[in-house]
Amino acid sequence: MELTVHDAVTMLHGMGFGALLLLAFSGAVAGLYSTSIAGHVWSDRERRLACVYLVAMAALAWVTVLAGAYLVYPWYRALPPPGTVDLSAYPQRLLMSQTSTSGWHDIGMEWKEHIAWFSPITLTAVAYIFIRYGTHLTKFRGVRNAVMALAITAFVATAVAGVFGAMLNKFAPVRGGQTIVIMKGEKHG
Amino acid sequence: MADAEDLPITNGPGAAAILAAAGGCFALGLLALAGDASAPLAQALNVWKPTGPLSGVTDVAILIWLALWVGLNRLWRRRTVSMSRVNLAAILLFVGGVLLTFPPFMDLLQGK
Repeated sequence: MELTVHDAVTMLHGMGFGALLLLAFSGAVAGLYSTSIAGHVWSDRERRLACVYLVAMAALAWVTVLAGAYLVYPWYRALPPPGTVDLSAYPQRLLMSQTSTSGWHDIGMEWKEHIAWFSPITLTAVAYIFIRYGTHLTKFRGVRNAVMALAITAFVATAVAGVFGAMLNKFAPVRGGQTIVIMKGEKHG
Repeated sequence: MADAEDLPITNGPGAAAILAAAGGCFALGLLALAGDASAPLAQALNVWKPTGPLSGVTDVAILIWLALWVGLNRLWRRRTVSMSRVNLAAILLFVGGVLLTFPPFMDLLQGK
């Protein structure tokens, strides 16, 4: 059972940071609704935990997009030397080489690489407002509604990036680099 | 329920954060379109070669977002602003940002 360094980093970006961020949204939306809209009274400790949770989500979103743009994306868009026939090590070129897969790059990657950044920007604003306003947030209707909308915007942006990321890696996996041997497998047949 | 004016804090800082986030996302969409439409601009946005123009698009958008946030926060720190106007502007900027990053819409604007 082996994988390459590029596999591992891509998995960490998508299935580690990205998937964890998507999972975290349910807690964030429920928490924001409970404390800011439904008006449930939270203890200071619970509120502090919610602040840490939202800051961690914003940090996770930043780590996800930075890892995607500066670690995985350069491998994805690497150019093959002239005359290369086997494009499996060049995901972008592999997708663009056939009309049946070019849309995954032209629409999927082109949209994902930009819209993904909406998530850290909006989540940073959500965390800031939640901390800045504290228990007063429930009284500022316009602000609290906007905070919910920002959290939902971040979720949609993350989901779009996540879905296209998964599909892109299915049709043209980002592979390469050193091989990491996880365990030796049995020989069959 | 109207925004409470008797509270020790105003809605200004929250409004600044909301509008700046929307402005930053719109700027990102605008820069993405500009980089796609103009080769010289794409070259100028190529801040870090391995990532290509995306590096400049996101770096500049983040700078615009932060500058907007600092500027609006200074303006509105102690003020109560109309949240309906701020939220409407934010919605328009977000929708614009989403459309500008959506490749078929980008192509439509460029007549491709």
